[in-house]
Amino acid sequence: MKNFTIAKRQIENISVLDISGELDAHTASQLENSLKALIDEKQFKIIVNCARLEYIASAGLGVFMAYIEDVRGLGGDIKLTNMNDRVYNVFDLLGFPTLYDIHDDEQEAISGF
Amino acid sequence: MAGKNNIHTLSVDSSTKHLAEVRDFVAAHAKNVGLSEKDISEIRLAVDEAFTNIIKHAYKNTTSKPVKIELGFDPSKLWISIMDEGEGFKPDEYKAPDILKRIKNKQRGGMGVFLIQKLMDQVQYNRKGQMNEIRMVKNL
Repeated sequence: MKNFTIAKRQIENISVLDISGELDAHTASQLENSLKALIDEKQFKIIVNCARLEYIASAGLGVFMAYIEDVRGLGGDIKLTNMNDRVYNVFDLLGFPTLYDIHDDEQEAISGF
Repeated sequence: MAGKNNIHTLSVDSSTKHLAEVRDFVAAHAKNVGLSEKDISEIRLAVDEAFTNIIKHAYKNTTSKPVKIELGFDPSKLWISIMDEGEGFKPDEYKAPDILKRIKNKQRGGMGVFLIQKLMDQVQYNRKGQMNEIRMVKNL
């Protein structure tokens, strides 16, 4: 059973990944492959829309940790949007809100680039 | 004391493909005990992190090793024990992660133990013969 999916959209020069389902140590490699593919395509302005993300474990956060420095160094960012409270709480427990650009709304994140 | 009927067990291989099953197992029983949605989601995450650490660290990503999950409750608490036969964890040598430093070094991981401690009321690591046990308690 597939419990995690990713769909990609393009809004001008910004790539948006819509992630849905459960992001854990089993499914994190899918997100990792998608981020790697964007970086390989020199798409450094990235939004990860978490509106349909129901669950995240630290293995999911680890993927963001591994790539944010590279992407920022290349003039882009990975911005996170539309998290539900439970998902946000995990980011918050680990202190991510001071290190990552997290928005309630995708439009805000777009304006932030 | 918890009666025998209040103890539930699940045995799985040390593969991440079982993560969702393990989370759902503890969540279903926690729900039956009447825990809040918030407590249930905290237990799901703590158990996920503990199971993931066993796969990664105790068994070094070998996927066919035994892991046993035991869950029980009494009127004051719900407890979950996860047991493996791999390399033991030394909690004394563990340091809370400096996330900023890890990002700069492009490192990941090291967050599971910290999260488990934040999410559960009590966490104990025991070594019983060849077996490691992490015992996590949520007060009711």
